[in-house]
Amino acid sequence: MGYSFPEEVLEHVLSFIDSDSDRNSVSLVCKSWHDIERWCRRRLFVGNCYAVSPAIAIRRFPELRSVSLKGKPHFADFNLVPHEWGGYAYPWIAAFAEAYPWLEELRLKRMVVSDEALELIAKKFKNFRVLVMYSCEGFSTDGLATIAANCRNLKELDLSESEVDDVSENWLCQFPDSYTSLESLNITSLSSEIRFSGLERLVGRCPNLKTLKLSHSVPLDLLPNLLQKAPQLVELGSGLHTKEVHPDLYSKLAGAFSGCKGLKRLCGLWDVVPSYLPTLYPICFGLTSLNLSDAPIQCPELIKLVSQCQNLQRLWVLDYIEDTGLNALAESCKDLRELRVFPSDPFGQEPNVSLTEQGLVSVSAGCPKLHSVLYFCRRMSNVALSTIARNRPNLTRFRLCIIERFCPDYITLEPLDVGFGAIVEHCKDLKRLSLSGLLTDRVFEYIGSHGKKLEMLSLAFAGDSDLGLHHVLSGCKSLRKLEIRDCPFGDKALLENAAKLETMRSLWMSACQVSYRACKLLGQKMPRLNVEVIAEQGHPDLSPDEYPVEKLYIYRTVSGPRSDMPSFVWTMDKNPALRSS
Amino acid sequence: MDSGLSSLGGGGGGGSGGGSSTNESVTTVSKVEVVEQMSTEASSYPGEAELELGLGLSLGTGGGGGGLVKPKQPSSAWGEYGRILTAKDFPSVLSNASSTTPRFSNSSAGPVSGTKRAADSAVSQEVGSATAASQVVGWPPIRAYRMNSLVNQAKALAAEDDKADSENDKFKDTLKKKPYTGSNKNNSTVKEKGHLGFVKVNMDGLPIGRKVDLDAHACYETLAQTLEDMFFRHNTTMPPIRSDVEKGQSTNPSKLLDGSSEFVLTYEDKDGDWMLVGDVPWGMFLSTVKRLRIMRTSEANGLAPRFQERSERQRSKPI
Repeated sequence: MGYSFPEEVLEHVLSFIDSDSDRNSVSLVCKSWHDIERWCRRRLFVGNCYAVSPAIAIRRFPELRSVSLKGKPHFADFNLVPHEWGGYAYPWIAAFAEAYPWLEELRLKRMVVSDEALELIAKKFKNFRVLVMYSCEGFSTDGLATIAANCRNLKELDLSESEVDDVSENWLCQFPDSYTSLESLNITSLSSEIRFSGLERLVGRCPNLKTLKLSHSVPLDLLPNLLQKAPQLVELGSGLHTKEVHPDLYSKLAGAFSGCKGLKRLCGLWDVVPSYLPTLYPICFGLTSLNLSDAPIQCPELIKLVSQCQNLQRLWVLDYIEDTGLNALAESCKDLRELRVFPSDPFGQEPNVSLTEQGLVSVSAGCPKLHSVLYFCRRMSNVALSTIARNRPNLTRFRLCIIERFCPDYITLEPLDVGFGAIVEHCKDLKRLSLSGLLTDRVFEYIGSHGKKLEMLSLAFAGDSDLGLHHVLSGCKSLRKLEIRDCPFGDKALLENAAKLETMRSLWMSACQVSYRACKLLGQKMPRLNVEVIAEQGHPDLSPDEYPVEKLYIYRTVSGPRSDMPSFVWTMDKNPALRSS
Repeated sequence: MDSGLSSLGGGGGGGSGGGSSTNESVTTVSKVEVVEQMSTEASSYPGEAELELGLGLSLGTGGGGGGLVKPKQPSSAWGEYGRILTAKDFPSVLSNASSTTPRFSNSSAGPVSGTKRAADSAVSQEVGSATAASQVVGWPPIRAYRMNSLVNQAKALAAEDDKADSENDKFKDTLKKKPYTGSNKNNSTVKEKGHLGFVKVNMDGLPIGRKVDLDAHACYETLAQTLEDMFFRHNTTMPPIRSDVEKGQSTNPSKLLDGSSEFVLTYEDKDGDWMLVGDVPWGMFLSTVKRLRIMRTSEANGLAPRFQERSERQRSKPI
């Protein structure tokens, strides 16, 4: 080939290509494109931190600026993954500290991050800008203090839902007075008091601060001052609770909110006192996202609030909203794209609110752009599900949690197979689905034949036999993540579809009927899979082969078995001669 | 048989399995029948006699109690206690179509019960519902962060209740459906500040730690009971049985607290010291506890003087 495309031109073209899958395609064109692409890739997303080692990642992409890593399986959120399972960030950060001195962004999800790791970030990356730790643990406010003291160019610090050891209340004061680059701060998960004066000064000197999400220890009295110092805020998370009521505060707060003309996203509102809600009315029209899932606001107040949010695109709320509230939502918020309704009393024996499947049906009828749903309720019917499916064929994410397990269609008392079948049949772009209620193998038949774009599927207490699992594994062409708990799925379906597992990111199965024998076989036959068994009982060799494993986590990897497994996790052997003791 | 049944249920029925108590008693009974069958099989479980390790509880559930040193159980045990209930186990659900009235006859029906039970189940003092809440691990699938948030809401509303001042009355009026606080009114020693939520619990000899929701307890007894359930009984995934909730109100004092077991319950406080659980008032404990550890009594020697003193005291107390 005589004429070759100048590298610089190709690099320039590639700089417009952000999507990972497009970049991956580019790198497959030819050797030289592979080489050019890898040198100019700046962002890396690793969906499973054990699928590849830091060394391999660094070798392939020598000039990264931004890395996202995910650690524990999703079911760790529900206490199904034992502690000390893994997902340690330190080895990655240590490797990056050597290889990428110019690393700017780290986004970690469900990982264990130690203070030592934070210290490395603070000291080794001279231009560090973004630290997001979503649902992480293992660090304390000391680690945060080091970050604050050293990261001169930090733009974003986000600790959403992470467990932080609160040992010092003044870590915020470690941001030097010369530090003014903060744009986004999320410290909602910090439980102890913070030095408010430090916070106020920080907010006051950062003119680009757009996102401020505080913890519920920040009292209401402070809020007007903060808002006045940051009228440019786009996103706010705050409590609205005070121990003392004074009329002065109300007007100050109302004035402060009115001053925030660009406020688009609101969350928090823990312990909100209903009489303060009207202070929010002036900003309702501009809101695109409202997260009231931490707020004990009752239906009438919710309706008043939500009816004024005509531009709302995302609503997260507790089931206090009830069917009537959802009807109001359907009438007022025609731009709604995402709805999540959480239970206010998930463990109660009786329903405490009048929220049923009708609320969801209303919203599906009234909100044409609705595509993402997470809904907790206590009853459902096939006809309601079919109606929702026909109303909203544009659904991409549908997660339904009927609180009582094995709960049938409340009208016909039949399984909900047909209803969910309608969902997968009509919603052709469905990417994520979570099932609940009484379900037989039939629902999996529907999912297998219609769920062609399905990428993530979550199952619990469903199905009758292996056939169910077989339908899913053999039919869902786009499946990446499958997580299953307490379903009667066993060896046959898994072994018959072993090759499928290499096309997926991961499979989680707990309290199912997969035997040790099947796991060993799978581990031996599939060298590019890690077949990890979590067993409290002791070494797998001590259990009879027919014995079912408690928890199974299978994922594809190019790095071989993990080296950091705790004593209760075993990788089923790839070489039977090398049985570990 | 009785003890087999109550321990299989693990001492509590959950909201997930209970359903409405009056309308669906028929369905509930059918669930009980299914599980009874299994408990009969389980109590003939050969490993029972060896379950003296730990707290002397956990009859019938067999399997995973105590430490790792137990010899392997025969594989046939799996079918006896661990069978997962599937749709086929509930044929009576379908056949009872005519006799079971739907819970809601029309969509505009008000709530079945007028009082909310958020606080009741989250912060209740009753053993039954406290253990019920955590009976099936991870179901309903709610993240720990959100559970803490719910509990904090319940506590905040309960605390509002305690403040019987007039300025709060108008707020109370606007909160139509309040959680049933009932006995929680006496529990105002629980601090409003800080969400403790889940703390880690480790047990000597077990590599896997757990987490326990401290906010779901109001006294040491229920906490110890829950921990005993967690560590000395195999966690089952079967639907809980309503009758167990009522029967399973344990009146046995926890062996973890009275020193008669091989293990003792300790905690690490904010200063990093390890202390015996039970010495300080509950509220004070909540404000200083960082994590828990079920320690072998032999290793608790560093705390020995107090320990012996305590166990002397406990033994002389009527139980």
